[in-house]
Amino acid sequence: MSAPSNNKVVKWVDDRLPIFTMMKHSAIDYPTPKNLNYWWNFGSLAGLMLVIMILTGLFLAMNYVPHTSMAFDSVERIMRDVNYGWLLRYLHANGASMFFILVYIHIFRGLYYGSYKAPREVLWWLGLVIYLLMMATGFLGYVLPWGQMSFWGATVITNLFSAFPLVGEHIVTWLWGGFSVDNPTLNRFFPLHFVLPFVILGVVVVHVWALHSVKSNNPLGIDMKTPQDSIPFHPYYTIKDLFGIGLFLMFYLAFVFWAPNFFGEPDNYIPANPMVTPPHIVPEWYYLPFYAILRSVPDKLGGVLLMFGAILILFVLPWLDTSKVRSCKFRPIYKWFTILFLVNAFVLGYIGAQPAEGTMLLVGQICTVWYFLHLLVLTPVIGWLEKPKPLPESISSPVVKKSGEAV
Amino acid sequence: MRSMRKLFTAIAAAATLAVATPALANSGATKLEHKEWSWQGMFGQYDKAQLRRGFQVYKEICATCHSMNLVRYRNLMDIGLSEDDVKALAAANEVQDGFDDTGAPKMRAGLPADKLHAPFPNEKAARAANGGALPPDLSLMNKARKSGPDYVYTLLTSYEDPMPEDFHLMDGMNYNPAFPGHQIAMPQMIFDEGVTFADGAPNKKENITADVVAFLNWTAEPELDTRKGMGLKVMIFLAVMTALFYALKRQIWSRIDH
Ligand code: HEC
Ligand code: HEM
Repeated sequence: MSAPSNNKVVKWVDDRLPIFTMMKHSAIDYPTPKNLNYWWNFGSLAGLMLVIMILTGLFLAMNYVPHTSMAFDSVERIMRDVNYGWLLRYLHANGASMFFILVYIHIFRGLYYGSYKAPREVLWWLGLVIYLLMMATGFLGYVLPWGQMSFWGATVITNLFSAFPLVGEHIVTWLWGGFSVDNPTLNRFFPLHFVLPFVILGVVVVHVWALHSVKSNNPLGIDMKTPQDSIPFHPYYTIKDLFGIGLFLMFYLAFVFWAPNFFGEPDNYIPANPMVTPPHIVPEWYYLPFYAILRSVPDKLGGVLLMFGAILILFVLPWLDTSKVRSCKFRPIYKWFTILFLVNAFVLGYIGAQPAEGTMLLVGQICTVWYFLHLLVLTPVIGWLEKPKPLPESISSPVVKKSGEAV
Repeated sequence: MRSMRKLFTAIAAAATLAVATPALANSGATKLEHKEWSWQGMFGQYDKAQLRRGFQVYKEICATCHSMNLVRYRNLMDIGLSEDDVKALAAANEVQDGFDDTGAPKMRAGLPADKLHAPFPNEKAARAANGGALPPDLSLMNKARKSGPDYVYTLLTSYEDPMPEDFHLMDGMNYNPAFPGHQIAMPQMIFDEGVTFADGAPNKKENITADVVAFLNWTAEPELDTRKGMGLKVMIFLAVMTALFYALKRQIWSRIDH
């Protein structure tokens, strides 16, 4: 291992704890495919978002009071009396939505370019674990301001567990710490919401570790073979990531400064009131596709199982996909089905925000069937039947050819 | 889940009702009046004179029923009231502060740090004085309704809309097509020349309403002016930074064949 610097202090430390060597190895020299497109920016953006969430959350937590009689007012105190408290809170609340936008794009990138396939299955799993933890964290956080949607969302979602036979009611009582969503519930949700992001951070470290041992996939979906196929992470991808961060921050902060309640529900500016049910209880937008799946089943337990199943099934996707080719670029049929799967998810999301009745219910049911049909039947079958387009010799060969033509 | 079932049954029932009673279905929700508010848009800011007029409307009319618990007297200096005015306003009411040596509640004159004096000591008193209905706290009203400012404006100006003949108005209620269910416990409160403004601003009921809605928006989002001002500076900074990153990216990537 080459010493990362000639600086004596750096050398001294590095000889005892090779932290500089490690950083050089994984953030500077790390060989990266030279052909990554901008869809590969979203992982680092999600990492940035996690850091922003933890920092803003930490300062919010210094002023937040987890008690049913004070939570709502403490958030308003943050908004009005804490210096730049409104900025902290709007960064955090909009940050949650941004985080999910980034991660959804990141996941779909993986689906389209076949990044879940060998040898990246464990990397994919770790991503799904992060996603599940994010869902839990977002749900817990949304309860904290103790507005009407906080309270009623918490009631509806925790009640889902009562669907399980025999133990269901006990689980719900245990989650609530009583017989309804009340102060004990808020008291446990706050520390859980505080700690889960650090669990996420831990899983992110392992996620990146797995990434660095199997290396990045790329739009062509073929392995790096020769040194010409790769470039060092720094400066090529550090600068590309920085450019992406600049663009993303402009998008994110436009909401924070000009439409800070765009993703929010007006009802959450009404203090929680167990005696008044809002006319239309909707979860945060990022849960809507799964909410639609839940409600498309007339049976309560069936709905809950199907909803959890919709995410868990993604864990076996690497084996459901029977194609040898990773990237949809070379899969003329599956490519369109993957895009259709995305459209289907959007429709499910739309349905999730509507009352479950009539046509809406029916469309939701069709989309739910399609979701599972795509993953369980179409994905393996198309993998067998489809004739993929010929793969390029190497990452650098089509690239080289193209630039050769241009000259 | 049980409450969800209940909810869906309720929605289904409401839908059936809407189909079954054409009178209800036809009247629908009134279209919101979309006004141009000074604080809208990228560069929009509050009009401080309007906010002060709105405060006057709140104080003279709404404050007889509605509390404003999230606003403190000292906050009013942000809309241009002088420190002396604020002190005088606060001191006009007594507040309880602790207990004296005999254990009796101790009263003192209000201070700028106190919240705006609430008309009723508690919810029961508020309901008793309003025929059982609760006048909600107005601090966050503009953020707590969809299209808040337009909704509140439309609500306050829809009392004189003609009531359908077959409409069943309950005792003590007022017809108002902007309110869900079309009847509201709050009577019409704003009339032409109901308030006289010191700055001589027009005081038709539309003007008075617009002014109080502006004030309510300030109470809901007092940080708006600061927020948008900071937003512009941050965006300009980010735009320059991102452009530089892009130039640098082009330059660095030109070193390799890609
Ligand atoms: C005489 C007492 C009284 C006065 C004065 C009064 N209100 Fe109300 N207001 C009420 C009551 C009672 C309700 C609750 C209505 C209901 O639930 O049916 C209410 C409700 C409201 C609502 C909530 C509507 C909703 O969507 O829930 C708004 C907004 C409102 N008032 C604004 C004002 C404004 C602005 C003024 C001053 C111009 C004002 N009120 C003056 C009694 C009053
Ligand atoms: C994975 C990262 C995180 C996500 C997805 C997340 C999500 C959320 C959401 C959706 C809310 C409700 C926003 C609102 O409408 O007010 C919230 C509130 C809150 N979060 Fe987080 N959060 C994260 C990290 C953290 C961390 C690390 C902390 C503390 C160390 C924290 C502390 C708080 C506090 C105190 C609130 C209540 C204040 C408020 O409502 O604005 N969060 N969070």
